Amino acid sequence: MISHSANAPLIEARDLVRTYEVRQGMFGKATPVRAVDGINLTVMPGETLGVVGESGSGKSTLGRMLLGIDPPQGGETFFEGKPMPKLGTPEWRALRARMQLVYQDPLAALDRRLTIAEQIGEPLAIHKLVPKEHRATRVAELMTAVGLRPDQADRYPHELSGGQRQRVVIARALASCPKLLVCDEPVSALDVSIQAQVVNMLRDLQEKNGIAMVFISHDLKVVRNMADRVAVMYLGRIVEEASSDVIFSAPLHPYTKALVSSVPVPGKPLKGRVILQGEPPNPANRPSGCAFHPRCPLATDICRTSVPQLRQVADGRTAACHLMVGADQPVAA
Amino acid sequence: MFSNNLVELRDLKVAFDGIQVLHGIDLTVGRGEAIGLVGESGCGKSVTWLAALGLLPGKATVAGSVRVDGQEILGTPRSVLESVRGKRIAMIFQDPSSSLNPVLKIGRQITEALVLHRALTGQAAKAEALRLMDMVGIPDARRRFDLFPHEFSGGQCQRLMIAMALAGEPDLLVADEPTTALDATIQAQILDLLIELRAETGMATIFISHDLGAVSQVCERACVMYAGRIVEQGTIEALFDNPRHPYTRGLFDAIPRLDGPRERLIPIPGTVPHPRDLPEGCAFSPRCSHAAIDCRSRRPALSPMDDGRLLSCFHPVNQTSDLATVAASRVAEAVS
Repeated sequence: MISHSANAPLIEARDLVRTYEVRQGMFGKATPVRAVDGINLTVMPGETLGVVGESGSGKSTLGRMLLGIDPPQGGETFFEGKPMPKLGTPEWRALRARMQLVYQDPLAALDRRLTIAEQIGEPLAIHKLVPKEHRATRVAELMTAVGLRPDQADRYPHELSGGQRQRVVIARALASCPKLLVCDEPVSALDVSIQAQVVNMLRDLQEKNGIAMVFISHDLKVVRNMADRVAVMYLGRIVEEASSDVIFSAPLHPYTKALVSSVPVPGKPLKGRVILQGEPPNPANRPSGCAFHPRCPLATDICRTSVPQLRQVADGRTAACHLMVGADQPVAA
Repeated sequence: MFSNNLVELRDLKVAFDGIQVLHGIDLTVGRGEAIGLVGESGCGKSVTWLAALGLLPGKATVAGSVRVDGQEILGTPRSVLESVRGKRIAMIFQDPSSSLNPVLKIGRQITEALVLHRALTGQAAKAEALRLMDMVGIPDARRRFDLFPHEFSGGQCQRLMIAMALAGEPDLLVADEPTTALDATIQAQILDLLIELRAETGMATIFISHDLGAVSQVCERACVMYAGRIVEQGTIEALFDNPRHPYTRGLFDAIPRLDGPRERLIPIPGTVPHPRDLPEGCAFSPRCSHAAIDCRSRRPALSPMDDGRLLSCFHPVNQTSDLATVAASRVAEAVS
C-alpha cells in the first residue's frame, strides 16, 4: 500500500450516486430520485472546496456521502487513499474522528440539556483522545481557539447567541483534530456582522491546523471568500468547476453565469442582469438531455437530447455544456 | 385633517413584559414610495410594522401614533383596524409556506381575500383571482387554481402570497424579508416582480431586509436600525456611496465581495445587545471604532444633516475627509 503523502488527495469521490425513493401520494408508486448523479471530486490536504447550488441540487447529500453517513449506491469514496469503511463499523467510527461535519442550525446540533463544555469535551471521551484529568484544559483551549471565553464553559446552548452557538459546534468539530471538515451552510443563519466573524475564524483555524474543508453554501459571496476551488451543482451533477478567483469573475456555464448575476450587489441596478426564468426542475422528473436546458437562454436542439459531459475547457477548469468550446475529451474519472 | 403622506409613524414605542424593544420610531411613507428597513436580527425592523398594524401579541405594550391618511389607527377597535389591514396596508412574510393555509385550495384562499376586501363574489371573484395569479407570474393559472399550497414551489408560494396581498388593492405593501428563504435565482425573480408591480400599481413599498444589496435594488430610501432605533436614514445613493453612521459603514464592510481581491472580512466586533441591558449612551458605542467618551454617557439624537439625511452619531464616519487625512499623512511621511 502506498503511504499517504501531501501530494495525494485527502478525499476522493469517484462516480458517486445516491438515489432516494419518492412516493407520489400515500399509496402511489415509488419513483427513484437521483439526488447525487455521478459526482467526481478530490480535495487536497489543507484545501477548501466550495460547493454551490440551489436547494435540491444535491449539495447536502454530497457532503454527507463524503463522510460516509449516506452510503452511495454507486461509486466509491477514498479517504487518504483507502476506501471509506461501511457506516457504523468500528473502522468508520475511528475514521469519523478525522472528518467532522458542521451544520447550518447550531441549536439543532447541540444538546440543550448539556453545558457547552460537556458537549465540546464529548468527542474527546468518545474517541478516547485525552485522559479525563486533562479534558478540561483541552476544552478551554478549544473554546479560546474559536473565540469563546473559558468562563462561558458552564452555559447552556439557549444562553448563547446564534454566533456563539455556531462557535461551540465548530469547537466540538475541532476537538478530535480532524483532517477534513465538511461545513454545510455554516454561516447562513447568522447576521452579516457575525457571519464575517465566523468566516474569518474558520479561515484562521484552517490555516493554522491545515484542515481540508468542503464548504457547502448557497451564498456565493461567502463561498468566494472561503474556497480555493468551487464546484457548481445543478440537479445532482457538477456543471462547472474552477478556482474561486476565475469562476466568479468569468463564469463559463450559463447556469453559473445566472447564479453570479443573481447576487444583489449594493448600488448595482437589477436591470441588465441575467434573471433566470422558471424554477429548478423537480429531481424526480429530470429534463432530458442537459437538465438545465428548460431554463437556459442559449439552449439548442442538442441540449434537449444529449447529456453534456464534464469536460476540461481550460487549464484547471471543467464545464458540462454543449456550447463550450474546448477539448472534446471528457475528463477522466 | 388631510396630509399628503400615506402613513406616518410618530414616536412609536413597543415594550414586551416591561422591556422596551422599540424606542420611538418616526417614519413617514409618501404615496408610491419604496423604503427599505435594514439592520441585524433583533433591531426592531419587523416589530415596527407588526406594532403599527396591531399584529403583536397581547403582552406587548404599544405607544405613539400611527396615522393612515391622517387617521389614527393605533389603539382603535378591531373593526377600524380590519378596514386598514389587508385593504389599505398588506403585509407579506419571510416563509410563504407557513403563511398559506395548507388544507385550502390556493384559488379559494385568494378569492377569500377578494370577498373580504373588495366584496367580489362568484365568477367575478374567480376571474379577478386568476388575473392576480397571472399578474404575479404563476404560469397556467386556470389549471392550477384548485391546487393546494404544497403543490407549489417556495418561489411560487411567495408569488401567491403577493397575489393575496394585492387582492385588497393596497396603498402600501409591507414585505418582511420576502426573499430570504428563497434560492438565489428565485430571489432575483421576486425582487424583479416587486419592482414591476410597484411600477404598475403605484403602491408604496416597505422592504424589510438584512440584505443591503436587495434593498438598494427595490428602494429609493432606506432606514438603518440598531437596537430599536433608527440610526441613519437617507436616499440609497447617500447611504451607499457615503455611509456616515459607523454601524451603516460596518454593515457594508462586513459583506464579502464577489469581485476584486479576496481579502479578510471586516466584521463588526461583539454582538447586538439584549434589549434588557442596553448600554448607556449610544447603544452601538461598545462595538464602535469611532466611539469617544461622550458616546458612552449621552445618546445622540437623530438629526438632519446638510445633505438631507438623518443621522444619530456624535462622531460620524466621513469617508472623503478620512481618505484625505490618510493621503495627507502618507504624503507627509514620504516627504520627511
